[in-house]
Amino acid sequence: MTILSFNELIKTCKKNNKAIYQIIQEEEANLSEISIDTVRLKTLENLIAMKDAIKNGLNSSEKSISNWCGDDCRKLQDIYSKRHSLFGNVFEKIITYALATTEENLRMGRIVACPTAGSCGIVPSVIIATSEEKNIPEIKQIDGLLTAGAVGLIISQKVQLAGAVGGCQNECGVASAMAASALTEMLGGTCNEIIQAAALALKNILGLTCDPVCGMVEVPCIKRNAFLAVHAVTACELALCGVESKIPIDEIVDTLKITGQLMSPLLKETAQGGLAKTKTAVELEKNIYRH
Amino acid sequence: MEQKSVFSVLSPIMAGPSSSHTAGAVRLGLMARNIYAKDFSNVRFILYNSFATTGFGHGTDKGLLAGLCGYNVDDKDIKNIFNIVDNNKYAYEYKQDISRHPNSVDIIIDNEMFISGDSIGAGEIRINSINGFSTNIDGTYDTLILMYKDKPGMISVVSNIIQKQNVNIASLHCDRTSKGGTASMCLSLDIPIGDDIVEQIKQIKDVFYAVNIRKLK
Repeated sequence: MTILSFNELIKTCKKNNKAIYQIIQEEEANLSEISIDTVRLKTLENLIAMKDAIKNGLNSSEKSISNWCGDDCRKLQDIYSKRHSLFGNVFEKIITYALATTEENLRMGRIVACPTAGSCGIVPSVIIATSEEKNIPEIKQIDGLLTAGAVGLIISQKVQLAGAVGGCQNECGVASAMAASALTEMLGGTCNEIIQAAALALKNILGLTCDPVCGMVEVPCIKRNAFLAVHAVTACELALCGVESKIPIDEIVDTLKITGQLMSPLLKETAQGGLAKTKTAVELEKNIYRH
Repeated sequence: MEQKSVFSVLSPIMAGPSSSHTAGAVRLGLMARNIYAKDFSNVRFILYNSFATTGFGHGTDKGLLAGLCGYNVDDKDIKNIFNIVDNNKYAYEYKQDISRHPNSVDIIIDNEMFISGDSIGAGEIRINSINGFSTNIDGTYDTLILMYKDKPGMISVVSNIIQKQNVNIASLHCDRTSKGGTASMCLSLDIPIGDDIVEQIKQIKDVFYAVNIRKLK
């Protein structure tokens, strides 16, 4: 993409009187030398793969390779079939779908990395659960996913989206900002509200470490996807009410990068610190390696 | 700076659980398959560092083998690959070596092809060496690889043949054992060249290996 900052993105939207998804699909068409229709078709393919992953995840309680995880989504479905959650249908569906996707990921099922495999449950659960409950048509879901892509892409031009580089803030944190922007677009937010939603989500997740037990994408990654999906909704709700981040998003992205650099290497996907070095994690580690 | 696609953050569609440890492993296997370019009888994988310590829980072992057998990153059968491939055909070793990338592997096919590669994040990979020669292949371009006796003029002979096809060379990487010894050349190409051209390059005097590696999907 030729647009390198959010400031530039907002200016481009205003100047051309276009939505973020319109700008990004034009940029992608130019870059990849394909038509805008083809860009949208590719986006739809990813959306369909996300829906398939949710469907497969909902219907399975097969354990992950490590045998630790894989049946939490089943627990949610069992309870919510009897009673609704405190926050209602959209909320319970989002956390159920987030777990469905990440558990499917852990079973080596087919998922869409968005932006990474470890954070694959956040964007799909927010887009798809809300669309089902609020009857948002597929065409608007594509707009939402492209908006999420624009936000993720601009961040990734400055910051590598890998836990090993900057902790979980760079993976699940960015996914949450992407999901917040997608939801705001689908609910009719303005360009500014979309960017504010992304800013609020990202700002409030700065510093999140990556300390997976045994270095695997399971603990705490699976459940964290559900938490950060809900985090995205909070950001969207605030933005749609006109709440704005005092710190502009481009400065938040710079802070994301610097915070990642300041973070101890022990807390960046090395399994040398944090949860990975708890007594229980060390016990688990003794039993997991087969070689 | 090379421009990035929006699909770099909305994909790949892949079998989980990790873009670096699973999808990256499959793609390293696929590249090895493309480099070897014929059926294999046996393969030995040496996994290093994080690939060695957490590869089991991420299906890295399965991914490497599935890739070598031609499975794509999103194939649901990757997880069942040990039930599909005869277990006499493959073996794994696990090592720690801090001089290597955290996610690194050696792939030794039929004791005749030795390929070394890294999974560098988000499913992206890099092949660093083939039979001891340094390479710089990331699977994003069709790449022509040659091994030949080091002598003056080889680059221009090869590039002339390619130029006649009106194919642009995106990058060129050479290495050699010593002056006048064995040399290697990797050419990344903007558009694919035909098998007849690869044959033509094989016929050049003192070229003893040439293969065109198709880019990864």
